[in-house]
Amino acid sequence: MRKLLLDKIHVEGIETYDVYRREGGYRSVEKALKMTPEEIVEEVKTSGLRGRGGAGFPTGLKWSFLAKPDGVPRHLLCNADESEPGTFKDRYLMEKNPHLLIEGMIASSFALGANASYIYIRGEYMFVLKIVEKAIAEAYANGWLGKNIQGSGYNLDLTITCGAGAYICGEETAMIESLEGNRGNPRIKPPFPAVEGLWQRPSVVNNVETIASVVPIINDGGAEYAKIGIGRSTGTKLISASGNINNPGVYEIDMNMTVEEFIYGDDFLGGIKNGKKLKACVPGGSSVPILPHYLVTKTAKGEDRLMSYESLADGGFESGSMLGSGGFIVYDEDQCIVRNTYNFTRFYHHESCGQCSPCREGTGWMEKVLHNIEIGKGSMEDIGLLWDIQKNIEGNTICPLGDAAAWPVAAAIRHFREEFEWHVQNPQLCLEKNYGLVAEKTFEVEPA
Amino acid sequence: MSAEAKNSIEFPKDLLKEVGRLTAQYPEGKQKSALLRILHIAQAHFGWLDVPVMDYVARLLHLQPIEVYEVATFYSMYDTKKPGKVKLEVCHTGPCAIEGTEKIITYIENKLNIKVGETTEDGIFTLKGVECLGACGYAPMLQAGHKYHEHLTEAKVDELIERYRKNPVANYMEY
Repeated sequence: MRKLLLDKIHVEGIETYDVYRREGGYRSVEKALKMTPEEIVEEVKTSGLRGRGGAGFPTGLKWSFLAKPDGVPRHLLCNADESEPGTFKDRYLMEKNPHLLIEGMIASSFALGANASYIYIRGEYMFVLKIVEKAIAEAYANGWLGKNIQGSGYNLDLTITCGAGAYICGEETAMIESLEGNRGNPRIKPPFPAVEGLWQRPSVVNNVETIASVVPIINDGGAEYAKIGIGRSTGTKLISASGNINNPGVYEIDMNMTVEEFIYGDDFLGGIKNGKKLKACVPGGSSVPILPHYLVTKTAKGEDRLMSYESLADGGFESGSMLGSGGFIVYDEDQCIVRNTYNFTRFYHHESCGQCSPCREGTGWMEKVLHNIEIGKGSMEDIGLLWDIQKNIEGNTICPLGDAAAWPVAAAIRHFREEFEWHVQNPQLCLEKNYGLVAEKTFEVEPA
Repeated sequence: MSAEAKNSIEFPKDLLKEVGRLTAQYPEGKQKSALLRILHIAQAHFGWLDVPVMDYVARLLHLQPIEVYEVATFYSMYDTKKPGKVKLEVCHTGPCAIEGTEKIITYIENKLNIKVGETTEDGIFTLKGVECLGACGYAPMLQAGHKYHEHLTEAKVDELIERYRKNPVANYMEY
C-alpha cells in the first residue's frame, strides 16, 4: 500500500534537516515557489484532499474562501491541538518527522499569501513542541523560513505555540482565542475565520495531517493524489488504532480498504486481542457514533464497509458512523458500553467551556445519570431521560462540542439499549459481570 | 505577602531572555499571544501559579492581573493551588480505561496512601486523573512533568515512583 506521509518515518535521523533534505525534503517548496498561489490552490482542489482533523471539509474549497482585502495580513494556522480521545496520529507525525509539517506549512502559506503562520500544539505535547521548534530553527538556518526564501522574494515567519490542557481548543475559533492568549471560548460564526480569524485578520485553520498532505500533492500533482482512495475519499489517511487489538498504533491507509482487512489483517490491527470477539467499534474518535459488532465490517445493506468517509457514514446515524479524526477504538466482548459511555460523557463534561447552557448543564446531567445506571442505581426512565438530554444538546450550542457530547450517548442507546436495560434490571449482577454482545437488529434499507 | 517576598518573584536572566524571544514572535501590540507559554515557564520555575506569580506575569506582559487569572483558571494544566513536587497525571479516558487504567490508579493510590486529587504528606507526589493525552495506542499511561510514561504495569509504576522519590525534580516542564 502506498505511503505518502509515513514513507520516510523509519529513516534514521529523519527528524534532522540534513537527513530530511537528503531524502528529498523541501522539494515541494522549491516547486511551489515557481508556481502561482492560484495554481497551488487548484492542485489542492484537484487532489480532493479533505480536512483530516475530523470534519472532512474539502481543503481547496476552504482555502478559496480566504478573504484577501488589500493591506491586511492573513495567516495560516495549524491545528495541532490533537485531543479527541482515540486520536494520536498528529503527535506521531510531528514527533517522528517534524520537517514534513514545516514543509507543508511553507508551501501552503505561500499558496495563501501568508507571511506569518502559527502552529498551535496542545500543552501536554510540550516534548513534541520542542522537537518541532528545533526543526523550525533548522529550517530558518537553511533559508526555508525568514526573508526571501531560497531567493524567491517570499517571506515567511513560522512560530509554534501551545495550549495548556483544553479539548475545546481543537475547535478552530476556540484555538484562535487561545492563540490570542485568551480563554478557549469558541466564537459565534459568522464571521468565519476565513474573514475574521486571528486578530480579526483572514485566517485558514488546517489540521497537521492536512498540511502535511499538501507536500505530496504539490510534488506529484493533485490528479495523481486523487487516484489513491475511492470516491470523495482521496489520498491516504492516518488512522490511530487503540483498544482491544493485537497491534495498536498509527497506520497510513488507502481508504479503499475494507474495515474487515484493517481490523483482522496481519499488516494492520492483527485482530482482537486474546482471541476475543469484537463487540463494538468507534471508528473516528470518541465523538462519532459507536457501531455494534454487526455493523462494523458490513453496512446495514450487507455490503463490505470500507475505511472511507462515505462508507463509514453509510446508513447515516441510524446504522453508520463517521471517519472523523481517524481515532479507531476497538472493544472486545468483555467491555461495558454503559461504562464507556459514562467515561466519554465525563470527558465532555470536563471539557465543556461553559458558554452554552445545554452543553454545560447537559453534559453534567448525562454524566450523573449514566453513572447511576453504571453502578446499578438507574431506572428505566433514566434511559429515556438520557435520550431527551442529548437531543436537547445537539444543534443548540455555539460550537460542535455539544454535538460531540450528544452523539456517543445517542448511538449507545440506539444500538445497545438492551445492555442499558439489563443494567437497570440487574443492579447487582451488572457490578459483577458485563453484558456481552448485543443481538443483531435489522434495518430498513433502500435496496442497493 | 511582604514587599520583600513580592520582589523575590522574578525570572532569572535566562528566562527573561526566553520571555523576550517568545513575545517577539508576535506583531506589535499582540504580545498577549505569548501568555500561555509564559505561564508554563512561570509554573515550571515557581512550582505553581500563586497570585503574586500571576501578577508578575501580568506586569511582564503589560496586562491587567484579571486577564492572567482568567486564563490560568481556564486551562487544566495550570495549578492555581500548590501541588506536590511531582504530579502523576494518569489518563483515565476511554481507550486507557479499557486497557486497565483503573487498576493502575488504584495501585498508585494504595502505594502512596492517597486518593486521586490528593498530595502525599511529604509533599512529593500529587495524583491526578486527567483526560485523553493522545497516547491511546500505548495505554495505560501517565504524564509526570513533561514526560510520557506509556504501557504502564505495576512494576513500571514501582520503578517510576522510586526514581521520582529519589529525585523529585520540579513538578512541571523543563526549560
